[in-house]
Amino acid sequence: MNLRRDVFQAIADPTRRAILLLVASQAMTAGAIASNFDTARPTVSKHLAILTECELLNQEQNGREIYYHINASKMKEVADFIEPFRKMWDDRFNKIEAIMKKFKTK
Amino acid sequence: MEQKTKIAAEEGKQELVITREFELPLDLLFRAYIEPEIVEEWMTSKVVKLENRKGGSYQLEKKDDKGNVVFAAGGVIHEFIPEKKITRTFEMANAPAGVQLEIYQFERVTDDTSKLRMHVIYESAAQRDQVMQWGFKQGINMAHDRIEKFVSKLK
Repeated sequence: MNLRRDVFQAIADPTRRAILLLVASQAMTAGAIASNFDTARPTVSKHLAILTECELLNQEQNGREIYYHINASKMKEVADFIEPFRKMWDDRFNKIEAIMKKFKTK
Repeated sequence: MEQKTKIAAEEGKQELVITREFELPLDLLFRAYIEPEIVEEWMTSKVVKLENRKGGSYQLEKKDDKGNVVFAAGGVIHEFIPEKKITRTFEMANAPAGVQLEIYQFERVTDDTSKLRMHVIYESAAQRDQVMQWGFKQGINMAHDRIEKFVSKLK
């Protein structure tokens, strides 16, 4: 149950979505993935760990390198689900809330 | 933690209900939907027209840097009761989503909190499901734009 929610937290983050999109085209090492981002390397590693824990990415040892692959069946399960739609509305409502709080006179 | 935004979408139905509680008094929540400058801020689109009355209509538009229209939507307002209810149609230009009927109900919870209930009815169950899946695809597209930016910086 908790795991499922974690998956959606995982894809709610723009950097993690960008990582998924990168890896979707080809399996890559952590270093190769990190080179595509301005973000610090340890931050990218943390994102990779989260995506791996949620089973959106799989690791495969190839010689001395570890390659990250996308788990297509897990991605499909997520895409079919209602949560991304809810998240989109939640973001929009959060924005309204933030904007309107400025008008509060107290 | 309980989620603030909830979606009720029964399998095989052509409608859905979105509910949300706001940490805003009712009048502020309602203003977010009727004042053009505020709508522009959270929709990140230009409000071309917004007639807040029964029989009025509204139009939203978004252009890119070159002035090309990248998003246009609008509809007709069927019912307008201040701080209580708005019923309107919504249609996106150049998108295969058809017309949807939207019923917004605004409700006071306490002096500082309020609630919005959005009842959306689509042309068919299939269309509803398609619209719901766009949320994810848009997310992925946004990620794609980011990657393009990173890549262009490397050049």
